[in-house]
Amino acid sequence: MSANGHRGAAVQLDNVAFSYGEATFRFDAAFPAGAITAVMGPSGSGKSTLLNLVAGFEVPQSGRVLIDGVDVSDASPAARPVSMVFQENNLFSHLSVERNVGLGRSPSLKLTEDDRAAISAALDRTGLAGKEKRLPRELSGGERQRVALARVLVRDRPVLLLDEPFASLGPALRADMLELVAALHGEKGMTVLFVTHQPQDAERIADHVVFLEDGAIAATGLARDFFAGTGPEAFQRYIGRQDGRSRDVARKPT
Amino acid sequence: MARHTPTPPRYARHPSPSKGERKGAKPATGISSPPSNGGEVVCEANRSGGRISYAVPLPSRARDSRVTLGILALAFIAILIGGALVGLLAAGAGDLSGAVSAFDPYLMRVARFTLWQAALSTLLSVLPALFVARALSRHPRFFGRTLILQLFAVPLALPALVAALGVLALYGRAGYFAGVLSSATGNDWPGIYGLSGILVAHVFFNLPLATRLFLEALQAVPTDQWRLASQLGMGPGAIFRLIEGPALRQALPGISGLVFMLCITSFTIVLTLGGGPAASTLEVAIYQALRFDFDPARAVALTALQIALTAVVVTLLARLGADMTGESSLSVAPRRYTTPSVAGTAFDAALILIALAFVAGPMLATVAAGLQADLGRLVGEASVQKAALTSIVLAFVSAVLAAVLSLALAMARRALALSRRDRRRPFLEFLTDTGAGFVLVVPPIVIGAGWFLALRHLGSVFGAAPVMVAAVNAVMAMPFAIRAVRPAYDAASERHERLAAQLGIAGWNRFRLIDWPVLRRPLATAFAFAMALSLGDLGVIALFGSDSMQTLPYLLLARMGSYRTADAAGLALILGLVCLFLVFAADRLGKERTA
Repeated sequence: MSANGHRGAAVQLDNVAFSYGEATFRFDAAFPAGAITAVMGPSGSGKSTLLNLVAGFEVPQSGRVLIDGVDVSDASPAARPVSMVFQENNLFSHLSVERNVGLGRSPSLKLTEDDRAAISAALDRTGLAGKEKRLPRELSGGERQRVALARVLVRDRPVLLLDEPFASLGPALRADMLELVAALHGEKGMTVLFVTHQPQDAERIADHVVFLEDGAIAATGLARDFFAGTGPEAFQRYIGRQDGRSRDVARKPT
Repeated sequence: MARHTPTPPRYARHPSPSKGERKGAKPATGISSPPSNGGEVVCEANRSGGRISYAVPLPSRARDSRVTLGILALAFIAILIGGALVGLLAAGAGDLSGAVSAFDPYLMRVARFTLWQAALSTLLSVLPALFVARALSRHPRFFGRTLILQLFAVPLALPALVAALGVLALYGRAGYFAGVLSSATGNDWPGIYGLSGILVAHVFFNLPLATRLFLEALQAVPTDQWRLASQLGMGPGAIFRLIEGPALRQALPGISGLVFMLCITSFTIVLTLGGGPAASTLEVAIYQALRFDFDPARAVALTALQIALTAVVVTLLARLGADMTGESSLSVAPRRYTTPSVAGTAFDAALILIALAFVAGPMLATVAAGLQADLGRLVGEASVQKAALTSIVLAFVSAVLAAVLSLALAMARRALALSRRDRRRPFLEFLTDTGAGFVLVVPPIVIGAGWFLALRHLGSVFGAAPVMVAAVNAVMAMPFAIRAVRPAYDAASERHERLAAQLGIAGWNRFRLIDWPVLRRPLATAFAFAMALSLGDLGVIALFGSDSMQTLPYLLLARMGSYRTADAAGLALILGLVCLFLVFAADRLGKERTA
């Protein structure tokens, strides 16, 4: 047991079918509790849709979404034990940092002393101390995502969904943010589903990889196998490596 | 460290007595109705470690409160319009033979004139507007261009009554041009009444409107096309045939339709400038049937005809893809890469100057005539003060109502659009969307007439005046208010929807914390615009007004009727300035939002 009282919860998509316009998706997958799973795949393969189904922004047409063994298919997003960080628009632009984080505690912003202490601790932890009164537009892109992570801390839910939250950050900043996510995961032990296009990012923090193609799960496995070049062929093609070698190397004139 | 959790997390599990087993995957659909066990669904799950029951509250899978608000707004509108129709039907059924026999040659003549003046007004407004817009678009930069375009936006903001007075002050029997016109025609100038008066006033309103709309169509032509035209060495003829012509032709049906619609439902202009039964439209005839002849049967027949007429026109308009609320904001003029010849420039300048003189004339006349009035005495008059106060209170209530209605409809439309997953639009969403614009089919006079007939059985017609004026004007301003509110709400929702859903911010909390800060400005825009519209209105008040219940436009009409022309001119100046101020404030508020 970690200090917060509960560890991560297992997430399962049990024969979930979903369609949006022309695109159809079918997911059948289990994400182990307390692990970080990288969700990868080409654009349009359904990565964000998968996360939206877990978060409750989309409702499956058939099948079930189970979190900690509980069918939450009908539950509203707010009622699910889930926090999600989006690529952008994680903050209300007219509210200060403090209030944006506070909404994670109370949707009416009626905060107790305990809540305030938790908010201040979360801001400390994410390196935002002293910036409580700032508005989102007065923050850098990295800082804005830190605010979102601070809210994840005060919400304290056993599942964390990251939908390419660091895609628009530079390499150094991205590395910092990944480190922060890894550290928070170490403390809280929540289950993390992490959508990313960057193999390095997945390699850096993920335990497992789920690879999607054409709206379905094409392969799953341990991250170290995927990145050691022994992963499925479709994945190798996607990241541009064949036979364990980078295409860049292969293309070099000899 | 203890956890700082004042309340247990909402998803916390708690043991509950085992209930009947539910096996297999339950098909989940978008808006599945929540189970009726007090908002909580008991989910069961088979796990290797035994069966545990969870309680999961379902706040947002239940009907969105925004949709409920939208339904309330629609209900309000439906009662207002439906009540009027019931009143008309009851009056018609009560005197069926009377209503049928009211379809006499007089009524047919009125209907014919209504269409005739609208067709002429449209022709005289739209045709010149095509060329004025082309002239303005050929010269995207010249001194005073912005000013001219702003001036062309003024008639849209002016109450029709003020414009009518401006036209009279210029071309009337005692107008500024009477002397010139008398010596030019060799006779005593009889003043501009009847068809000519109506046409001049309608063109004064609609020429600038059509010009701005055509100009917008021309400015929407991609810059690359102008570059290409210049590179290929196209002359003005080729440019007109290949670029300007097609752009204008595409905009023509919509703009003509809009102008035709505005002229067919024009009441105030025809009432003040028509000058008699020879030049009466259906709306004015309804008013006369109720207020002067008290002939309900005739009023019913006229109203039925008016509704049928507007319904046909609006259906045609919808086919043409016209926007009945008429956009008036102009984009930045793109640079043109061809230089017109000297003769072309002179022609354009002449066109623009003539249009400018035509539009500015009545405005200047309004100001000049207004300043000649004894404004100090007018403002001090008790009846003027009382009318002004009544006007302001009613317009305020009406504007608040319009803003609330438009917000409720915008919210409901967005919520419905979000909850749907296929392309087919449900009827309710259609109502909150394009359907709201259809209130313009039922002119204020028609609604007023219906309620007037219904209320005469239920007691004092005039006692209901304040409610009727505020409610009808609010509903009439609503389609315009929606224009300001909906884009802002949709954009904010685009950014905030998922976040709010995840954090469970809904209902009042959502409005207070999330929506209000974003919507303050667009709502103020909607409010100011609706207030201006309501302040200047002489539709419903013409039916319901009385000595004890006067608004400024009503008082103005009364002063005109008793030949106190100077007083009327003074009041028109005051009313015009207030409305202008409000509309430009609305415009400013709207622009700063996007900045």
